[in-house]
Amino acid sequence: MIRVSVKKQLVTASGPVRLEVDFRIPGTELVTLFGPSGAGKTTILRMIAGLTDPDEGLVQVDNETWFDSAAGINKRVQDRKISFVFQDYNLFPNMTARENLQYALKDKKDAGLINELLEMVHLTELGHCRPETLSGGQKQRLALIRAFLRKPKIFLLDEPFSSLDLELRLRLQDEILGMYNRFRIPTIVVSHDLGEVFKLSSRIMVLEQGRIVRSGKPGEIFAGDSLSGKFKFAGSILMLEKEDFLYIVTVQIGNNITKVVATEEESAGWKVGDRVVVVAKAFNPIIFKV
Amino acid sequence: MMIDPAPLVLTFKLSLVTTVILFFTGVPLAYWLAFSVRSWKCIVEPLVSMPLILPPTVLGFYILLVFSPRSSLGGFLETFLHIKVVFTFLGLVIGSVLFSLPFMVNPVKAAFQSFPKSLIEASYALGKSRRETLFRVILPNIRPALLSGVVMAFAHTVGEFGVVLMVGGNIPEVTRTASIAIFNDVEALNYADAGVYSMVLFVIAFMILFVLDRINKRTVRAV
Repeated sequence: MIRVSVKKQLVTASGPVRLEVDFRIPGTELVTLFGPSGAGKTTILRMIAGLTDPDEGLVQVDNETWFDSAAGINKRVQDRKISFVFQDYNLFPNMTARENLQYALKDKKDAGLINELLEMVHLTELGHCRPETLSGGQKQRLALIRAFLRKPKIFLLDEPFSSLDLELRLRLQDEILGMYNRFRIPTIVVSHDLGEVFKLSSRIMVLEQGRIVRSGKPGEIFAGDSLSGKFKFAGSILMLEKEDFLYIVTVQIGNNITKVVATEEESAGWKVGDRVVVVAKAFNPIIFKV
Repeated sequence: MMIDPAPLVLTFKLSLVTTVILFFTGVPLAYWLAFSVRSWKCIVEPLVSMPLILPPTVLGFYILLVFSPRSSLGGFLETFLHIKVVFTFLGLVIGSVLFSLPFMVNPVKAAFQSFPKSLIEASYALGKSRRETLFRVILPNIRPALLSGVVMAFAHTVGEFGVVLMVGGNIPEVTRTASIAIFNDVEALNYADAGVYSMVLFVIAFMILFVLDRINKRTVRAV
């Protein structure tokens, strides 16, 4: 059982945000923290890990108190049994892949585990390579298994796939799911990628402006609206072109680019880069297998 | 052309001793300056860099003042511990260490400061102590800065003149380093010997910087 109830004043690119969240993770769930950048997702992970101090609050993991402002408890990050996978891997450049893992290993008796994990993520052949010679996906897999070697009570992943291309993402997501299913450690993944969230998590917490605005199973959170027969996709504006009385809006939705027509009235105040929702209703969608 | 090798030998002995001391004091000092949050750090920081702009004679003058047998510290050292600082090799070492301090500390401090904080956090998040992180993650990754600190401290001590003259005097085989021998020879119009000493120092200085440059280039390529 993990309990997090923390408050912190943040300064983000879009102004000050008061981060105030309170949640529990009962079993060994895989939870995603989903939301736009600047919402405070990473800060929550860092506060659980002990890398950032909350202004006030409580962090408890398995009946162990890691942080309690009222009681004056604040365990060092070293004393919290966490695994943290950073966005930019943070592999040690002075060590080979295998040495990175050996460094993380607490008990030298577990050396067999290194081989097993290297095997699991198909890096056995590259054990002697330095991180700078590895590809992005290989680095992230190495960072992933390095974090696991600590035998954590909670596994924290901060946008682990953000710098990888789609294909690699999908493969890595499978690998994370594989590891999760094998070790069954409570896991929190920070993400702003909808597909990723859908695929990975058993529960989603949607964070906006420092608060959890919704929480539940992926189907409940995102698919609820579709029951009304609408198609709804979130995307961002790539281009706005005026054509006679109308505007042609080019929108990127995931990896697809589509054009939508909007009236001058509707599109007033829109600009390139804005997040938008494209909704289609009152027609029957045709579905193809591709 | 035969010259007295003693000043050259002394110069290298002094540089070696100074560099070793500076390595073991300068690196911890640089670490402290880079990571400490204490307010009086802002006093220590300029003090460390002072020898870069202070005339060596000023530093030498103060060392004389502090360690002269007539001062309280100098008197204490001489009476109770039988240690003489002024006009001895020990005095030269103290002067050189202070004078070359910024050459060791500053590059290492800069490397500590620009070291990615995220790597330090990654090490902490793996349960590693600050000490283990320092020795196994930070120091191995700032090797080029350590090397350049060592080389610059050594080279700077080889080329030292003012402090050595003030603190050491000019005692043959005890405190007469190569740079002072050159000064002596020129004063005695013995240009030939001065020329040999100068050429030796010139070549060595060039070689040190040449090698340092090569090493730095290789490290850059490796990264």
